[in-house]
Amino acid sequence: MGRKEEILSLLERNAKLTSEEIAVMIGRPIDEVEKTIANMENSQVILGYHTLVNWERTASASVTALIEVRVTPQRDMGFDHVARRIYRYPQVQSCYLMSGGFDLMVIVEDKGLKDVAMFVSEKIAPLDSVLSTRTHFVLKKYKMNGTEFNEQASDHREAVVL
Amino acid sequence: MNMEERLANTVRSLPPSGIRRFFDMANELKGQVISLSIGEPDFVTPWSVREAGIYSLELGNTHYSPNQGFLNLRESISRYMKNRFNLTYSPATDIVVTVGGSEAIDLCVRSLINPGDEVVIPEPCFVAYQACVWLAGGVPVSVPCTQADDFKLTPDQLEKAITPKTKLVMLGYPNNPTGAVLSRTEIQALAAVVLKHDCLVLSDELYAELTYEPAVHSSIAAVHGMHDRTVVIGGFSKAFAMTGWRIGYACGPAVLLAAMNKIHQYAIMSSPTTAQDAAIEAMNNAEQYVAPMREEYNRRRRFVVNACREAGLTCFEPLGAFYVFPDITVTGLNANDFCELFLKEEKVAIVPGHAFGVSGEGHVRISYAASMENIREAMVRLRRFVARRCEHA
Repeated sequence: MGRKEEILSLLERNAKLTSEEIAVMIGRPIDEVEKTIANMENSQVILGYHTLVNWERTASASVTALIEVRVTPQRDMGFDHVARRIYRYPQVQSCYLMSGGFDLMVIVEDKGLKDVAMFVSEKIAPLDSVLSTRTHFVLKKYKMNGTEFNEQASDHREAVVL
Repeated sequence: MNMEERLANTVRSLPPSGIRRFFDMANELKGQVISLSIGEPDFVTPWSVREAGIYSLELGNTHYSPNQGFLNLRESISRYMKNRFNLTYSPATDIVVTVGGSEAIDLCVRSLINPGDEVVIPEPCFVAYQACVWLAGGVPVSVPCTQADDFKLTPDQLEKAITPKTKLVMLGYPNNPTGAVLSRTEIQALAAVVLKHDCLVLSDELYAELTYEPAVHSSIAAVHGMHDRTVVIGGFSKAFAMTGWRIGYACGPAVLLAAMNKIHQYAIMSSPTTAQDAAIEAMNNAEQYVAPMREEYNRRRRFVVNACREAGLTCFEPLGAFYVFPDITVTGLNANDFCELFLKEEKVAIVPGHAFGVSGEGHVRISYAASMENIREAMVRLRRFVARRCEHA
């Protein structure tokens, strides 16, 4: 793993690490780490720092849905144009162009089932190039971005092992 | 009836651990403290290895294996020793699969030692070495290694420790508790002394996979002339996070391994079959999981060494295993008091250095086989504790 990749993998797991801590952990000077991170931010390798939230454990639970969208690609613009029209909505968390039985995978998060359904029927389905949509609601999240949900971290090891 | 009196003399005279009281305290507070006192990986065994164990049970592989272990496991071990350390061992005659590295150490000592034979043991070291020699009727000859020598046995020290009665030299590098690693040149120098005096070597290489740049693990068995007088002890516990499976192995000269297998056969029969099937998967397919664990340990290692030094403790740079062994004399406390007070006042468990031999006094063993969050918090508390103690001192 290169230096950049090592820093990225550390930050990807814990964005709260300071440059000082990263510098110590990978055995490089702080200013080098700071410069590397700044460069990666400028060149959009690092796009942001997010917090992984289990909203189910809060009062403001939301609904997540995966929407399969079949579209007709447009002349000169392919799928990008219609994808952009969809992903610009703030409800859309992720949007991918897929191989296989459908074209766009749109992941939507909203307050309730009805909000998601309305969003699909009012905003996505009526678009000219959209042929069909299929909406799948998420019932339970087991693992997200490499983190297992609802796993109790406990240490079963003996108190002292020589 | 006084049962105590009826116990075998060797067992009765086995000295109790010097840190019994600390042990009890730590056990009492288990769950309420941050434990950096544990000599085993915090990682769980890689899933593919666990799955192989489960599959083995599904197939109904619940019977004894051949005494020396399944042939395909021994073949995997043989390939691994060749590829990794350029050591040649015949799966048929030179390898025995044991119940952890600990059993292999015991087998080797019992196969070699007659009453009165001397065994050279550099300290600080894993606690079982002395006891095994003692139980076999041998005489452990401790050689205190010091921080000044980076806790490495020097050829001079070895030369002085050897007498006409010396039969065996026990080397445990990468070292628990110090993290010391011997370079190829240092190993060659020790081997020269061993050859000169015609001794045998038990090389405990359990932590071989956990060696950090720029250090490279090399085995003393690879030095010219040493292959036929060295038993290499290896295992799965540390590298593959498989401590609870209880599986390890010994490789060495056929005649000695046959003797070891004889004891193994009567005392143990064979290593657990499930563990052997899991170990085959570990040997053949799990290297990809070892590297990320090693990288993670290395980051924690740098973090803890840096934190100890920032706290004001002299700390030699360990390049193996998962321990840091700082000098705590600046606080004016001995190792035991340091650990007891640190446990009481800051709720962090670490181990007094003298648990690993008298030359460990003045040092403590900090294990970084713990989550980064726990390590980070423990180091904040260490800094606070040392600052407070230094004011007192």
